[in-house]
Amino acid sequence: MAATDVDVFSNEEKRNLSLGGHVGFDSLPDQLVSKSVTQGFCFNILCVGETGIGKSTLMNTLFNTMFENEEASHYQNGVYLRPRTYDLQESNVHLKLTIVDTVGFGDQINKEDSYKPIVDYIDTQFENYLQEELKIKRSLFNYHDTRIHICLYFIAPTGHSLKSLDLVTMKKLDSKVNIIPIIAKADTISKSELHKFKIKIMSELVSNGVQIYQFPTDDDAVSEINASMNAHLPFAVVGSVEEVKVGNKTVRARQYPWGVVQVENESHCDFVKLREMLIRVNMEDLREQTHARHYELYRRCKLEEMGFKDTDPDSQPFSLQETYEAKRKEFLGDLQRKEEEMRQMFVNKVKETEAELKEKERELHEKFEQLKRMHQDEKRKVEEKRKELEDEMNAFNRKKMAAETYSLSQPLKKDKDKKNRSVKTENQSGVSASSSKVMMAKANVEPLNCQSWWQAIQCCTCLVHNAAWKPEGGIF
Amino acid sequence: MDAIMLQEKLVERLLCPRVRTARQKEKQYVGFATLPNQVHRKSVKKGFDFTLMVAGESGMGKSTLVNSLFLTDLYKDRKLLNAEERINQTVEIIKHTVDIEEKGVKLKLTIVDTPGFGDAVNNNECWKPITDYIDQQFEQYFRDESGLNRKNIQDNRVHCCLYFIPPFGHGLRPVDVEFMKALHEKVNIIPLIAKADCLTPNEIKKLKDRIREEIDKFGIKVYQFPECDSDEDEEFKQLDKELKECTPFAVIGSNTVVEARGQRVRGRLYPWGIVEVENQSHCDFVKLRNMLIRSHMHDLKDVTCDVHYENYRAQCIQEMTSKLAQDNRIESPIPILPLSTPDVDTEKLIKMKDEELKRMQEMLNKIQQQMHDKDQ
Repeated sequence: MAATDVDVFSNEEKRNLSLGGHVGFDSLPDQLVSKSVTQGFCFNILCVGETGIGKSTLMNTLFNTMFENEEASHYQNGVYLRPRTYDLQESNVHLKLTIVDTVGFGDQINKEDSYKPIVDYIDTQFENYLQEELKIKRSLFNYHDTRIHICLYFIAPTGHSLKSLDLVTMKKLDSKVNIIPIIAKADTISKSELHKFKIKIMSELVSNGVQIYQFPTDDDAVSEINASMNAHLPFAVVGSVEEVKVGNKTVRARQYPWGVVQVENESHCDFVKLREMLIRVNMEDLREQTHARHYELYRRCKLEEMGFKDTDPDSQPFSLQETYEAKRKEFLGDLQRKEEEMRQMFVNKVKETEAELKEKERELHEKFEQLKRMHQDEKRKVEEKRKELEDEMNAFNRKKMAAETYSLSQPLKKDKDKKNRSVKTENQSGVSASSSKVMMAKANVEPLNCQSWWQAIQCCTCLVHNAAWKPEGGIF
Repeated sequence: MDAIMLQEKLVERLLCPRVRTARQKEKQYVGFATLPNQVHRKSVKKGFDFTLMVAGESGMGKSTLVNSLFLTDLYKDRKLLNAEERINQTVEIIKHTVDIEEKGVKLKLTIVDTPGFGDAVNNNECWKPITDYIDQQFEQYFRDESGLNRKNIQDNRVHCCLYFIPPFGHGLRPVDVEFMKALHEKVNIIPLIAKADCLTPNEIKKLKDRIREEIDKFGIKVYQFPECDSDEDEEFKQLDKELKECTPFAVIGSNTVVEARGQRVRGRLYPWGIVEVENQSHCDFVKLRNMLIRSHMHDLKDVTCDVHYENYRAQCIQEMTSKLAQDNRIESPIPILPLSTPDVDTEKLIKMKDEELKRMQEMLNKIQQQMHDKDQ
């Protein structure tokens, strides 16, 4: 691929020739410029900072328009990003500007996860671009590039040093996006304090290895100004959209009882420097850096994750297509295996459940049989008892008959009557005694597990009345 | 001296065996109008003490404000932490005590500082060390007060807490709300808008209204100025009203003295002007100082003693007596009058009945369990 092409070129001898006259290819840059102007430019800014620190106001001030913005509340549950796209035009240059705001940043009590939504958003934009690049039918020239070109990190003007949240967030972002730290609401810091503050911030960033964006010093035309600006980082800015009359001019400023802070006055704040650097000088460089450095890093990491390499173990150039095929096969194989596994698991589960159900069924059957048998037993016993009772009754009746016939055949005497009556009552009590004995006998037949006597009585009465076995509570 | 002579004359008249025929309606001067003077004398001799707590994130200007308020430099050789050191920082409590004197009146001023509040990345319950400290002071005073020797009680209770709200936001943040809610029943909270030199007068007004609204909404009880008596003059009432409408105060502090309008004043020097700390149209510093030191210092102490401390004490005693009723072996650090306990016999009866009930309950449960088992 690219490696082989370069080799071819370096083998050939490069000769410098001088031109005899004016050819005209010095208009190439102009052609490029006119092409890009017709195409239009696109620029994406990410503003990271606490709620109320002045992000929206600064954007309004920078681009000299009023982007619609509602005030955010402090009580968001988490951080979320709000991208807004605007179409701006200056002279004949079109700019598609996207401003991404972090809503709710720094408001939560536990800020350990505050950086995650921001990192995820940046990665998503890279991913979208990567997808577009890897498509078969792609149209990169038409693609609306949403990758973040610059992240403005707003530092609160405490005057001491960075906050811990700032440090943690910037460390997570420095390898993914160009960061320019700025000190917001700088009209609360006096000159001497500002100097110390800036030094402290820069030293903290350096000692923690945070890589902020350095204005490029390789291009001669802008190297000088860029180098001097690098020394002024982080910029201390003041934003305002209100206009105040100062002298005989109306400028954008903030009016205080003790004076007027002019936004575009270089001795008051670094707003002008920021605008110069961000928009007028280095916008194109920022886009380039995003594409050439941050995006390439992301792409490389992503593809390496998927297993692509530039050269295989034999140092032969790797074909993307072959790799892709191999990956695909692997993936399909994986899929099939997983399917098999799941099917297997399902079948096993079904078998198990079936076995369980069968077992349960058998148990129930057994129980039923047992109950039936017991029922039969009881029924038989009851029958026997009934028979016994009947027999006894019959015997008693016969005796009674015999006694009566005997008494009739004898002359009736009072004491005999009495005797008879007493015999009768005896016999009656005997009957009652025997019946109670029967009852008691019945009661003794079954070893009752009743908890209380009334339950036992109930069971016995059931026995006697129905001659059927009704399982009252506590019998089995 | 006049009063004493008059007193003596009075005594003479009373001891004189003259019959009080003349019912003179002339005004008799008793002399207790001198009481305020006596109080004044005694208190000057005794001296005063005041404990002030300052709380808020770092970089809000707390130390600068304290220095400006008391016109001293309390924070020499202070070491500030770096951002990376603060990622997991816990809140510390640091006390500075100074003795200052003005016109013969001595004040023992204690400033309780809370470095590290709100600085870590995870600020869950970062106010806990502060509430623990306040409770500790209350407990200490409680024990001393209930002790046998009460001559030299040291009053370390926190009389006032200045809470610094950052001016960069749109109102109160969740951490501000949580902090104030945790402390409003333990100490007098005075919320302040810190670093007010980054707000124009309109913005200050908007922010104050917003904060007052949110304080009402969340039910935070900040320190309220006492109502002035109805027999005070109009001017005083007017001042008082203005004061109340100005809360929360928007303050600016300064450690440096600058030259402004021909005078040397405390202020901050900017390229676009000079902010004077004591200029009423620049910030509310003067109002705060008057309120805190010149008029309401004693009221703050009274509210701490009468309201916050009494609440704490009542709660403490309630907890202790309820614990005592449960377990007779807990040793109480203070002498508590024993509650009227029922006599031994009735107690026994109660215990027996209790046990019976328990047994019956168990039996019932067993029966139910068995029924349940047989059912399924």
